[in-house]
Amino acid sequence: MDIAGVYLDPVVISIIGVILILSFVLLTVLFLTYLERKVMGHIQMRLGPMRVGFHGALQAPADAIKLLVKEDLIPATADNWVFRFAPYVVFAPVLLVFMAVPFARDWVVANLDLGLFYIVAVPGLAIVGLFMAGWASNNKYALLGAVRCVAQMVSYELPLVIAILGVAMLAESLSLSEIVKKQDVFPFILVQPIAFVIYIVASLAELNRTPFDIPVAESEVIGGPHIEYSGMRWGTFYLAEYGNAFAIAAICATVFLGGWQGPGLHPFVWFMIKTYIIVFLIFWLRATLPRLRVDQLMGFAWKALLPLSFLNLLLTAMFVLYGWLVFAIAIVVSIAAIVLGYAIWRSRQTSRQASFVRPATVLLIEAAGGDGQ
Amino acid sequence: MTDSDRVLLPRMRTPEEIQPLVAGCLRGLEFEAKPAFGELVVTIPAASAVEACRRLKSDPDLRFDYLRCLSGVDLGEGLEVVYHLFSVSKRHKMALKAAVAKDDPRLASVVGVWKGADWHEREAAEMFGIDFEGHPHLKTLLLIDGFEGHPLLKSFTIGGIPSDEEEANVKNG
Amino acid sequence: MSRTVETEFPTVDMMLNMGPQHPSTHGVFRIVVTVDGERIVDCEPYIGYLHRGVEKLCENYGYRQVIPLFDRLDYLSAFNSEHTLVMAVEKLMGIQVPERAEYVRVALNELNRIASHFLFYGTFGMEAGALTPFLYGFIARERIQQIFEAVGGGRLTHNFMRVGGIKYDVPADFKERVLELLPYLEQGLSDCVNLLSENEIFLARTRGISPMSAEDAIDFGLSGPVLRASGVAVDLRRYDPYSIYDRFEFEIPVGANGDTYDRYVIRVEEVNQSLRIIRQALEQMPDGPTIGNAPRVIRPPAGEVYVRTECPRGDFGVYLVSKGGPMPYRLKIRAPSFCNLMALRQMLQGTYVADSVMILGSLDIVLGEVDR
Repeated sequence: MDIAGVYLDPVVISIIGVILILSFVLLTVLFLTYLERKVMGHIQMRLGPMRVGFHGALQAPADAIKLLVKEDLIPATADNWVFRFAPYVVFAPVLLVFMAVPFARDWVVANLDLGLFYIVAVPGLAIVGLFMAGWASNNKYALLGAVRCVAQMVSYELPLVIAILGVAMLAESLSLSEIVKKQDVFPFILVQPIAFVIYIVASLAELNRTPFDIPVAESEVIGGPHIEYSGMRWGTFYLAEYGNAFAIAAICATVFLGGWQGPGLHPFVWFMIKTYIIVFLIFWLRATLPRLRVDQLMGFAWKALLPLSFLNLLLTAMFVLYGWLVFAIAIVVSIAAIVLGYAIWRSRQTSRQASFVRPATVLLIEAAGGDGQ
Repeated sequence: MTDSDRVLLPRMRTPEEIQPLVAGCLRGLEFEAKPAFGELVVTIPAASAVEACRRLKSDPDLRFDYLRCLSGVDLGEGLEVVYHLFSVSKRHKMALKAAVAKDDPRLASVVGVWKGADWHEREAAEMFGIDFEGHPHLKTLLLIDGFEGHPLLKSFTIGGIPSDEEEANVKNG
Repeated sequence: MSRTVETEFPTVDMMLNMGPQHPSTHGVFRIVVTVDGERIVDCEPYIGYLHRGVEKLCENYGYRQVIPLFDRLDYLSAFNSEHTLVMAVEKLMGIQVPERAEYVRVALNELNRIASHFLFYGTFGMEAGALTPFLYGFIARERIQQIFEAVGGGRLTHNFMRVGGIKYDVPADFKERVLELLPYLEQGLSDCVNLLSENEIFLARTRGISPMSAEDAIDFGLSGPVLRASGVAVDLRRYDPYSIYDRFEFEIPVGANGDTYDRYVIRVEEVNQSLRIIRQALEQMPDGPTIGNAPRVIRPPAGEVYVRTECPRGDFGVYLVSKGGPMPYRLKIRAPSFCNLMALRQMLQGTYVADSVMILGSLDIVLGEVDR
């Protein structure tokens, strides 16, 4: 392949691509940690980091330096090699995902024919790393967290995959570049609103982020698999978490929002704008929502998300076969049915107004023949 | 409870009013009752304390269903366990005192009467060395394991400060 | 063949030690839970990590010196604890408290109740996994703390109540400042409610979790919002009136199910009622002296009283035995958190590990008064 008139071996290009991606991801993660603290700070009526650099801009490098020079503690009872190795098993899939993401036209390290399949399958590997971390720490909280992790993963992979199938049906391809090119007329979110929501929800669960941060719940299992980690090993988990958040957002932008397609601006700028919208959404949810309980999460995945993702498949099929009109009717009817079903379900819950009911004491007193003064 | 439900509250009964009721309830037991500071104080020997508690709780006119507090007191010559009772359904209150001998501090537990007596008794046990017989789980609560002595006894001094009141009076003038 | 599976893969209950350094145990509370997977089979609470021997100290201090110790029991509602102590001494000595002092006490008590409930709201949100309620609760609470600072100089430990009245009169602009604060607090509360109370996830996490029946609640000696959540309308401000609470119009919120949600929502509603009381107290507050005719050396006559007040956490009782000396002969503190915590063992059984922190949070304990 020739770049600027110089012949380069494809292997060399791949290596350059990997290095570029690695540095891009690491820098992005640094920026994301700063961004999240700022976004959450302002949502919570405070300023976030302000001291290090202009408006705290150097907070992220300062944190990185702190983590790097911190002592790397390994518990005496830990399974040494597994414990040391686990963070990298968690981090590697994040990089792997970015290999297949098209950042702009032809800006992709590996243009895989099975790209869609690849980006769904690879993040699943991270769970192995988390379970390794939980098991090797030899800590009960870590173990509980690891078990929660696996249970969550099993529940959420299925709706995620089925939701994303609709996109494959529309694009008639599993290649991410092809999917983006097919969205030159309209982004797939217009046809796949349900799939979009399912994808966001399921990926949050895969990310272990609020409201599905059950495996690492600070107030319950105190960080879960991360509990015994310190210094840069912990930092690697942190990198993986934010790298993953960015990967999820990038995939979402690629698959549902039309990737780098857009008028006027450079395709890469369009891609970043769309990605950061999703990133912001993830941060926003984190600042707003409480956490589900592990059994409720499973129930939600199997009883709500999975049927919805099948419904989405059906709707997509209608669109492919009959075109816009039938699809529009069908989707309005389905969303109305979902909202109605939710409203009925909610109204059948017992009255949520707890205060000012007739107190039991009054009943007790009446039963005892209170003299009523 | 809204303000309109207020009328359903029974009037708070004075100690003089419940004194005959308590006397009737504790008939057959040896006791001594006198009102003090708006509360009826009944003193009873340790042996019949649980029986008295059980009767006071189940009596349909008294229904002392709520144990406000259970305190140990070191009176010098002997110990005393004070049960402060309250009736949520009848809205009146009293204090029941059981005298416990210092050389043989034993008292039957009232956990069976009010579940809420559990930790109070454990506390009194470690602080005063009272053995609450029949308590299911009588081990240290606030003190560290292996703590020597019973801190709230007057014979226990802290850091050389005299805990005996007479001495303290001298010290403070 | 489920039976062979059971014998081939027997499961073992796991002991999980939560605390004393667990982030959700509100200090240094420790609980050892036996879990079957995520489900709690049994638990054993351990307390005493913060035991300072306050009751013993009280027997060695003069009555004035005891007041600061009471600040350090329930440090989130120090005014209420102090008030209970000075009421006990006043009752024993028969001291009449001036009107203005009573009104100031009530206003401060209720402000302290609001501050405490806002803090509860924040930490409870935190335990549910929501990060923002913590900040919302603290921002509202901070404004109250500023008033406290202006009144007594301290933020947590005020040492402001005195036998016979209060240390000194409140600042001249106290009334204006509090009246200015009230709408802000109302707004803060409604922000808090909008953020959390109707959230579907929050409801799923709290509704129907570990309900407590009225009979059990009374039997365990629970008090405060935890008791009222079970439907028992016992608020001592109304049920066993003290101070001047019989002069105010307010309602007592009670729950229907006694579950975690009720315990939460009652505290939120109590803030509204406290705001009502403060408004009335400020309106009626007369001018005049702020300390009664208490002697210089407080030497109550021999006798004993049991006084209890409605603190934010429940029924705070002081059993004071005097032998006529300058120091209490015996001072037993009935701490509401201590009694409420007793029910934890029963409440936790059969719930999930994730619920346990919510249930503990809904009891709203302060270890300072549990361990004393």
